[in-house]
Amino acid sequence: MAGMLGTLAAALIAFAVLALAGFAAPNWLVLVATLAFSKGLVALGIVALMRGGLVSFGQGTFYCAGAYAAGLAMRSFDIGDAALLVALGALAGLILGLLIAPLLASYRGIFFATLTLALSMIVYGILNKTYSLGGSDGLNLHAPTFFGYRPAGSQQGGYALFLFASLVTVIAAALCRIHFDSVRGLLSLAARDNEIRLEYLGASVRFVSGINFVIAAVLAGIGGALSALSLGHIDPDFAFWATSGEFVFLAILSGYVSVTAVFVAAVLLELVRSFSSQYFPNTWQGALGVFLLLIILFLPGGLGSLVPRLRLGAKGVQAPAGKRE
Amino acid sequence: MTALLETVGLQKAFGAVVAAGDISVTVRRGQRLGLIGNNGAGKTTFVNIVTGHLKPDAGRVLLDGRDITGLAPRQVRRNGVSRSFQIPQLFGSLTLEQNLLMALAILRKEGISSWRSARSDAHMAELDELLDRFRLRSYREQTIAVLPGGVRKLIDVAMAVTHQPKLLLLDEPTSGVAVEEKFPLMDVIMQAIGGSQSTVLFVEHDMEIVGRYADRVLAFYAGRIIADGDPAEVLSNEEVQRYVTGTAA
Repeated sequence: MAGMLGTLAAALIAFAVLALAGFAAPNWLVLVATLAFSKGLVALGIVALMRGGLVSFGQGTFYCAGAYAAGLAMRSFDIGDAALLVALGALAGLILGLLIAPLLASYRGIFFATLTLALSMIVYGILNKTYSLGGSDGLNLHAPTFFGYRPAGSQQGGYALFLFASLVTVIAAALCRIHFDSVRGLLSLAARDNEIRLEYLGASVRFVSGINFVIAAVLAGIGGALSALSLGHIDPDFAFWATSGEFVFLAILSGYVSVTAVFVAAVLLELVRSFSSQYFPNTWQGALGVFLLLIILFLPGGLGSLVPRLRLGAKGVQAPAGKRE
Repeated sequence: MTALLETVGLQKAFGAVVAAGDISVTVRRGQRLGLIGNNGAGKTTFVNIVTGHLKPDAGRVLLDGRDITGLAPRQVRRNGVSRSFQIPQLFGSLTLEQNLLMALAILRKEGISSWRSARSDAHMAELDELLDRFRLRSYREQTIAVLPGGVRKLIDVAMAVTHQPKLLLLDEPTSGVAVEEKFPLMDVIMQAIGGSQSTVLFVEHDMEIVGRYADRVLAFYAGRIIADGDPAEVLSNEEVQRYVTGTAA
């Protein structure tokens, strides 16, 4: 209970700090951070899967579902409130996750990764040819309201969306931290290590994987809806394999130990991408590749492993998996 | 004593190799049963069938009169049958504490929680008791990957005895352990499970250990049981001496 209260208190403090930082930050940085949080949520879902030994190369499916759910609700039903649109994004992720999880939860390794990738490419192909959903051009969205409040001007709108995205992010991050520290969270780490033993202790590895898959789908749905509101536009590229690859990139960059590291990595990556694409417009993907290579070579546990490594490395003690940060 | 485990006509073949040929055994509650036999004799196949890892080609496994044949290992565990492994099956990247907490948390009546920490007061009290019972306290915070083989064997058994299984199967609990450590290890294991009401089946190659810790012995050869009785009787059996212990004149 003390751990849970500590996590909730930390989330509250994090939200207050973000709100103040966003108020002082320039508009472009607020926009970058909003988008980073949206993508960080998707990566957090992949982290939930990674803790159980699985990597999805198709989270674009749920990211896209969340974005289109929000977009269609706005265009077809004139729903304009961000909270409702994000809730619909989460619902789309949940429904799709519940439908797909039983089919994929038995697969492991490259088979699981490939099947998720295949699903995302099917969605991508269908959306490209569905002209009622905008085809390859996609859909444009107008600025949302926030619990009835309509910001005046783009700067206020950007800050309001940032505040809302920060709120959603800290809530999701806190819930994930609590889940990761729970019995079921520990079960995921165990499944990653030794499925046979876990089954012999009376737990179903398939169920553990299924739960993680649904969590990842919901987070991706939320991330997709937030991205759609942030960009004001959605198109089939949300489901493209390169988009899914970017989320995996983020998850590897952050590692599976720390929840905070996921969002630090997301902001870092968005900044690297923004500056690289401005100053090296044709080679920024190469710069990102080198960045990832260095992380894998010198920090295989990701950014999240940096703190426990620094803390324990000097003593020559190996950090156990999933130690809370 | 009443029958806890009954296997009826168990058969299992891997291609042309018969690993279990009509194995019928009745194990009474509270027995300490040693399973002996050469490599490939069918001992581990028997354990694997009883614990749900293998489905028999024919035959039935009854626990307390209930048919558990072909159930998945987790269902068999939930029916009260637990096991340890010849090569300890642990969660290598986790600490000893996390490994034992996992074993304690999974079968609790309130179910597996998605928000309650594994380090609840109830779990920690049981963990302390388990650490003392198996003399593992000094390794509590250490990652499994860095622990010596004998300690891993103990942890493997400690995880298997949580939640008081009715039937405990130990697959070669002393294999890979130095000769001088075998008896101390078995002493710790038998003392640790001595207080429980578990019926114990253990696979073993060391006849001295079988003689000391079993009150009944099953000798396997080529997928069949060639002798069944008290240790002295079985170990002096001519067929056992010829095919299993290699002590026949």
